[in-house]
Amino acid sequence: MQTAQQHSVSSQQRVAREWRPATAARVQTDTVALGLLAAFAIVAPPFLGDYWLKGILIPALIFSIAALGQNIVTGYAGLISLGQAAFMAVGAFAAVIAYGRYQLPLPLSIGLGGVVSAAVGVIVGTPSLRIKGLYLLVATLAAQFLIVWLIQRVPWIGAGSAVTLNTPPVYLGGWLIDTAIKQYYLTLAIAALLTVFAWNLIRGRIGRAWMAIRDQDVAAAVMGISLLKYKLLAFMISAAYAGIAGSLIVFTWVGAANIQEFELDLSIQILGMVIIGGLGSILGSFLGAAFIALLPILISISMHKFYGLVGDHLVSAAVLANAERVVLGTLILLFLIAEPLGLARLWHRLSSSIDRSIAAYANRN
Amino acid sequence: MHIMKKCLAAVLTVLAGAVVPAPSFAQSANEIFYPMLVTRTGPFASAASGVSSGQQDYFALLNAKGGIKGIKIRWEECEFEYKTPRALECYERYRGQWKIVYPNSTPAIFSLADRLNQDKVLGINVAGGRSDSSDGETFPYLSPVMLNFWAQAASTIRYIAQREGGEDKLKGKKIAFIHIDNAYGRQPFPIFDALAAKYGFEWKSWPLAWPALEQSAAWVDIARRFRADWAVQWNYGQSCSVPFTEMTRVGFPIEKFVGTLWCGSEEDIAPAGDLAKGYVSANFHGVGQDFPVIKEILDVVYKSGKGNMEKDRIGTVAYNRGVINGIIIAEAMRHAVEKFGMPLTGEKVRDGFRMIKLDKARLKELGAEGLMPELAFSPTYHGGVDGQLYQQWDGKKWKTISDWVAPYEDVVWNEIKKSAKAYREEVQQKK
Repeated sequence: MQTAQQHSVSSQQRVAREWRPATAARVQTDTVALGLLAAFAIVAPPFLGDYWLKGILIPALIFSIAALGQNIVTGYAGLISLGQAAFMAVGAFAAVIAYGRYQLPLPLSIGLGGVVSAAVGVIVGTPSLRIKGLYLLVATLAAQFLIVWLIQRVPWIGAGSAVTLNTPPVYLGGWLIDTAIKQYYLTLAIAALLTVFAWNLIRGRIGRAWMAIRDQDVAAAVMGISLLKYKLLAFMISAAYAGIAGSLIVFTWVGAANIQEFELDLSIQILGMVIIGGLGSILGSFLGAAFIALLPILISISMHKFYGLVGDHLVSAAVLANAERVVLGTLILLFLIAEPLGLARLWHRLSSSIDRSIAAYANRN
Repeated sequence: MHIMKKCLAAVLTVLAGAVVPAPSFAQSANEIFYPMLVTRTGPFASAASGVSSGQQDYFALLNAKGGIKGIKIRWEECEFEYKTPRALECYERYRGQWKIVYPNSTPAIFSLADRLNQDKVLGINVAGGRSDSSDGETFPYLSPVMLNFWAQAASTIRYIAQREGGEDKLKGKKIAFIHIDNAYGRQPFPIFDALAAKYGFEWKSWPLAWPALEQSAAWVDIARRFRADWAVQWNYGQSCSVPFTEMTRVGFPIEKFVGTLWCGSEEDIAPAGDLAKGYVSANFHGVGQDFPVIKEILDVVYKSGKGNMEKDRIGTVAYNRGVINGIIIAEAMRHAVEKFGMPLTGEKVRDGFRMIKLDKARLKELGAEGLMPELAFSPTYHGGVDGQLYQQWDGKKWKTISDWVAPYEDVVWNEIKKSAKAYREEVQQKK
């Protein structure tokens, strides 16, 4: 079933591309939207205030990086994995040990978080050579538990009985990263870099090899694509993204690596992000992360307003808190029914319909 | 499909409309605005909601009696579902408004620690959190308030020694420690190690993977192979009631079994019914409604319909914990108002917290005598090295059966000093 659905992803995306009129209007909507988003991401933050940065944008970016990694392995290479949170934990602890204990510079520590996590990813990815689908899911699930357990147990990691490592003040060169705005720009820069990297990877030889494996691995092997190399590469890069996301949790968001943040729960959430956002879509990773990480907050705030409006005599706080979950669940269902292929596909439908209207308007004149 | 789209659009518009005007939390000069983190959904809600409501009921009582020097407390809830990222978001939402942050979640307090330090707001986690935060010098903005995990572990061993008839009787005894295999469950390790070396007993750990609902192999091992003289459980929530069926099956005597205070609320034990009769667990406060302050809450707050919880849960362990927290937080705010004046800030309340002296006379004044132990904090001591009470389950409710059993303070302090030193080295300034 997995492959059947992914087949339809790629074929429908092909259709979407053909829909677009081959005129100058073709790239407009997407380009304009991307331009606006980039402008907003760069210009707006100084005016937004700390709540938006530390409460909303920084976590959204960090989860987007993790979801991007998940999308590489699951959406592009078709390997279902449930260990992203564990890879984040590896990255977080590796980075904070490198930075705090061994006094390495910050960029090197973040990079090391990615590298160590990538190495672990290769090991975890090995079973993917023999098994796929649900069987692979269970194998990665085992890795999730094993890694979290190991981090708690290996004395060298030294996380103590609370299994938490705190970071010293974060310096980038001679520059102290202590305010929300600096933390945001550092996160944004890394997220942008990783997005461009993923973009190029997907559109090159490696990306095509992954998609060939996803669509039909036997056929891909017959065509001379090395399954060993490309499957492990997918796991490696996916884990590296998770590791970097984990290290950013330490350096730009929380200030500590705490094992309890990296439980299975988070892995499931990240998998949910790419399914709701759109498998095999870079845009989808961002949309999905925003949906899963931010929508509950949005609902919570609006519920709060409602509560303030009607007072505490009509509904109790407990009812309201539970209603939040009902609304979120309903929204997930509605979105998936409206567009089973994810939010990214919803956006493509919208943007191409705008493109068509613009083209039609241009032709008329 | 069109209807679907319209539904979606409608829901999203309502959501967006509700969010657009920026939230404002204006604080008038005549009230203390008190945001609080709560958990009313998810697996931890049953106990956590009682704690939050107990706290609110105590504030409501204070308000009804004229507030703190005429100033009333207005609280507002932020639901975080026991999830760390949501707790961080809540914290940012009310940033600058916090007086004391009490998430009632160890993972959340760990992740908030950095922000609390920066913003100078005290974070507390009663009978949990960082055990080493009893050291107020190293952790100026964290506190376990009462009974850190290490004091809990040490007091449990002293209680066993008392039941055996003295520390010298511990020699050669075997203690089985069955616990959740996470940071919380492993907290007692260093204390057990130190005490085992000192008094010559043997202890062994049986770690359980969360949610720990399957414990039969462990209990067979404890009863038949290890032949434990005593068993101590450090479970959580639902898993607290699993041992009772298993113990009956392997024939381990229930009178040789002691539970952590986190396995000591009605919600934890009620599912086991009669099997748990005779079970002893630790606690750090009185249970039931038989205290002047709780009666007053019933009289003043609930008679006027301003209660924050179902009436039949008043007097439960979780509820009374909430009232106690309310008392401590209100005391900190009272000291802050008296000494520094309004408007309150996190730092003022922290300094107020450090002035708290709840001696017998003051507890009597508050109507909380017997409900909670005497407490006194200082800039160097943020609480946490206290004794525990022991209570027995009679099949329907808890009955307190012991006096305060002190921990081995030297052993606990030794551990606190060691751990605080390691923390200071961890966060040392980078040159």
